[in-house]
Amino acid sequence: MTELIFFINQVVISGAVLGCIYALGAVGITLVFGILRFAHFAHSELMTSGAFFAFLLAGAFAAWGITAPIPMGFVVLPIAMVISAIFALGIDKGFYAPLRKRGAKPVTLLIASIGVTLMVQGLIRLFFGAGSYSFFETETKDVFRVDLSAFGSTRPLVITEPQLLMIVVTALSVIALHLFLTRSRLGKAMRAMADNADLAQVSGINTALVVRVTWIIAGALGCMAGTMLALDVTLKPDLAFNIIIPIFAAAIVGGLGQAYGAIAGGLLIGFAESLAVFNWTMVLRPLNAILPEWLQLPATLAFVPTEYKLTVAFVILVVTLLVRPTGIFKGASS
Amino acid sequence: MALIELKHVVGGYGGAPILNGVNIAIEPHDIGVIVGPNGAGKSTTLKAIFGLLKVTGGTIEFGGENVANSLPDRLVPKGLSFVPQEKNVFTSMSVEENLEMGAFTRKDDFRATMAWVYEMFPVLAEKRRQPAGELSGGQRQMVAMGRALMSKPRLLMLDEPSAGLSPRYVIEIFETIVRVNKEGVGILMVEQNARQALAFASKGFVLASGQNRFTGTGPELIADPEVAKSFLGG
Repeated sequence: MTELIFFINQVVISGAVLGCIYALGAVGITLVFGILRFAHFAHSELMTSGAFFAFLLAGAFAAWGITAPIPMGFVVLPIAMVISAIFALGIDKGFYAPLRKRGAKPVTLLIASIGVTLMVQGLIRLFFGAGSYSFFETETKDVFRVDLSAFGSTRPLVITEPQLLMIVVTALSVIALHLFLTRSRLGKAMRAMADNADLAQVSGINTALVVRVTWIIAGALGCMAGTMLALDVTLKPDLAFNIIIPIFAAAIVGGLGQAYGAIAGGLLIGFAESLAVFNWTMVLRPLNAILPEWLQLPATLAFVPTEYKLTVAFVILVVTLLVRPTGIFKGASS
Repeated sequence: MALIELKHVVGGYGGAPILNGVNIAIEPHDIGVIVGPNGAGKSTTLKAIFGLLKVTGGTIEFGGENVANSLPDRLVPKGLSFVPQEKNVFTSMSVEENLEMGAFTRKDDFRATMAWVYEMFPVLAEKRRQPAGELSGGQRQMVAMGRALMSKPRLLMLDEPSAGLSPRYVIEIFETIVRVNKEGVGILMVEQNARQALAFASKGFVLASGQNRFTGTGPELIADPEVAKSFLGG
């Protein structure tokens, strides 16, 4: 039982948390790809800047003496998401829209988005330096320890308050996104444009409006993902830049342009990464008693060492591209 | 007054113009059919009306207003609808969602129009929840027409509606077009099945090299020995 709880703590909970962050990031990338047909690398910076907006707001709220029973990062999240959505619209208007107007190729937009990445990251460093910040400098991070000694476990089930909220908020966002895409006029128009942009235009769909809505959703969900990541670990200028590759892998594995695929891909890669670095010795230790001397388990027995966690996403990505190039949910192959 | 009138329309995709002075006039009760050899500018004419390529000369009047170079999101609310030849359904979306997208520009309740479309294409009502990509070619063409009718157009433009369909469906699609026309929707279509389409056309236009070569009623054009010899394969 102790081993099972250890497994849940290390793989299920941390995998779910990582998966939620990847999923929210990948949804933005996949929606932008579906509508605008280019790989938006600067999505990482929407996430990081979103987290910084939330951080500034949380600081301001704390300074005004506002307190809340849940971490301040979650309280300010809706406002930060609005600011991030406006920021994303601004980036599109300033950098991508002029290129689209001139009929730039997707690869040109991709390169431009790398430029935007470097620029935004530079700006963040300019104001905040290269150091890291924590949302929990003035408040404490509540940790729930569920005592399971009744079930014969010597370890408690451990989940932090932000982690629990993160999973709940992600689930709610996914449901909201699903309802938006399947029930609302604009959400359906978004799917229509991702399906067949020319026909969407011919049908009289206001494609410029759809593009704006796409950036609003990408910016808002990016901010959510970035803030959650910062709440789980620490806030730094290269916060999301470091995980942009697994996020892209999640979007591609799920099928580019497929919102549900991105969520599935995000969770898949999140769990796979946690599982890959899991130390199996902790679970298999009881076997040492029956194993012969020369076959004793080493102190750590993981599929890959923690430092190589990132490679897991690559392996999944390469295998997907070889076996099913359009991804799990049959997205665009490009 | 003509529903739509093209006068000496010149246009193309940049480069040399493809249309070199096209003249077309359609009354609200008309079924207009554009025929002609490959590369004559038939489909290009429809695209020019719908703002999908640059019109550099001439005028396009729809309901008495010059609409040359207007984009679809402005033309659809004015009562113009277009069914492209290929990729004319949203394959990943259900039949019903396809129809809803046709009504995107409408702010009023479009359920009555949807019922009308289902009445016209009963098979679509049966498959309303099915993704349009899973339907047969003929059924897809019905979805495409239904989508275009959802905006309650005054003029429906179709680019080769019978392309790639089996003879049975060709007749069915043509019959539907005549029925739609009887309900008060003007039709302007491009057709490869020239003889068959001209038979029910109240206006026929033979284009070649981006210009009108012959204009008349459908039966007149079929009867014209010169048209028959050069453009209808004898």
